[in-house]
Amino acid sequence: MTKFGEDWKRGFRDLILEAGKKALEDSNLHGAEIDGLFAGTMAPGPLIGQEHAGALLADWMGLNPIASTRVEAACASGGVALRQGFMAVASGLHDCVVEGGVEKMTDVSGPDVVSALGGAGDQEWELFPGATFPAIYALAARRHMLDYGTTEEQMASVAVKNHLNGSKNKYAQFQSPITIETVMKSKMVASPLKVFDCSPVTDGAAALVLMPLDKARAHTDTPIEIAASAQASDTLALHDRKSLTELNATKVAAKKAYEMAKVGAKDIDIAEVHDCFTIAEVMAIEDLGFFKKGQGGPASEKGQTALNADISVNTSGGLKACGHPVGATGIKQAVEVTWQLRGQANGRQVDGAEIGLTHNVGGSGATAVVHIMKRVN
Amino acid sequence: MAENIAITWRRIPERYRLAGSQCMTCHAKFFPPRKLCPTCRRKGKIESCAFSGKGKIFSLSEVHSAPAGLELEIPYVLAIVQLAEGPKLTTQLVDCREKDVKVGAAVEVVFRRIRSDDPEGLLHYGYKFRLVK
Repeated sequence: MTKFGEDWKRGFRDLILEAGKKALEDSNLHGAEIDGLFAGTMAPGPLIGQEHAGALLADWMGLNPIASTRVEAACASGGVALRQGFMAVASGLHDCVVEGGVEKMTDVSGPDVVSALGGAGDQEWELFPGATFPAIYALAARRHMLDYGTTEEQMASVAVKNHLNGSKNKYAQFQSPITIETVMKSKMVASPLKVFDCSPVTDGAAALVLMPLDKARAHTDTPIEIAASAQASDTLALHDRKSLTELNATKVAAKKAYEMAKVGAKDIDIAEVHDCFTIAEVMAIEDLGFFKKGQGGPASEKGQTALNADISVNTSGGLKACGHPVGATGIKQAVEVTWQLRGQANGRQVDGAEIGLTHNVGGSGATAVVHIMKRVN
Repeated sequence: MAENIAITWRRIPERYRLAGSQCMTCHAKFFPPRKLCPTCRRKGKIESCAFSGKGKIFSLSEVHSAPAGLELEIPYVLAIVQLAEGPKLTTQLVDCREKDVKVGAAVEVVFRRIRSDDPEGLLHYGYKFRLVK
């Protein structure tokens, strides 16, 4: 993956090219062995004026004439691209697939980024009346506070933990630890969410290679198995859901993934969850079954999700501190879990990590995709 | 996102009058109107219906960082309102700050300007809500 951040010197093509090259080098592969490309990217149209990203990426990565497909599922584009590639290889139709995720977000103005990201929600019935993405998650946060007593300090503790993890990750956008006070005193965006409750605008790309396990063994001594891939959907608009305080798509995808991998929530050592806002991590660790509903806030505050605690959540720094180049996030999560399972997460390694989970959400929960990854012994 | 004349015109019944729909099979009501009942699907029978414009605040937030076109409105209170007939919608609350309102408070619909695309662009009108005094 590339270093995440505001990368004014490089464009969309530069970012994915660097991530792709690194993935091939890591896999001891030649381009000629690749027969498919799936790329998650949410909004190249509004962000860089470019659609048809699948063809563009194959072209600039020198991979023509292989099949190349751009996958879009808002902020879950990367995770859904990973699942598409997983299905392509599992079906036998493809033998070696490159999975990319990329977003170039700083070539347009701030309000234009806000509008582009707004497309992840219901443009006509949420965004038009005045919602923004922080406001949509703020509406969920408000209800979570009322229903379960979750506090702003508990949500802030998610940001503090993720910035601490990010400080140990050379790829992270933010590498400085912060305090609860930093979060609480930061500018209000949409109450109760403040700037430090929100993930940033980020340029970045990530890539990995998928192939059948028996073939992967010929390329590496440390292949990582995707033991489960599951995806679920919910209403596009938050207001159409019975509950604002849980993501049913996450619950459904997680249940399917645990069944497919034949593991339970308690077996997961590390998880990269979709913390686009601090409240999103609180809800995710509940909906994924790590903590009971309503206990996500207290668990975060008590440090139960810190590195090497009960479960290590967002060891990369998460979307919050590592950054959130929207389409790249789902792939980056899988890259981080791969490093952790291989014991290569220098400075932030979780001891004896055997089973990892990635959780990528589109919009306010209209798409959720969960992958479970394992070390192969 | 700027909307052109066609979509603005097409949405007049919903945005000006809260026109909705209901499934005559399971009696669920929808705003905005759905043309397929997600529960009954093809067994559902959809007819149009109107909403009273009365409801309660289900959740709220005060927005301090505006999307394009609403820069002059901040800070404004955004809410999910549950209509008396059941469906929920996202809307602005007028004539108040966050400290003046609580989840559960009774609200009613008002007709307001929602946004303008740019200084020379269309003015868009529609529903907002206010506290019932």
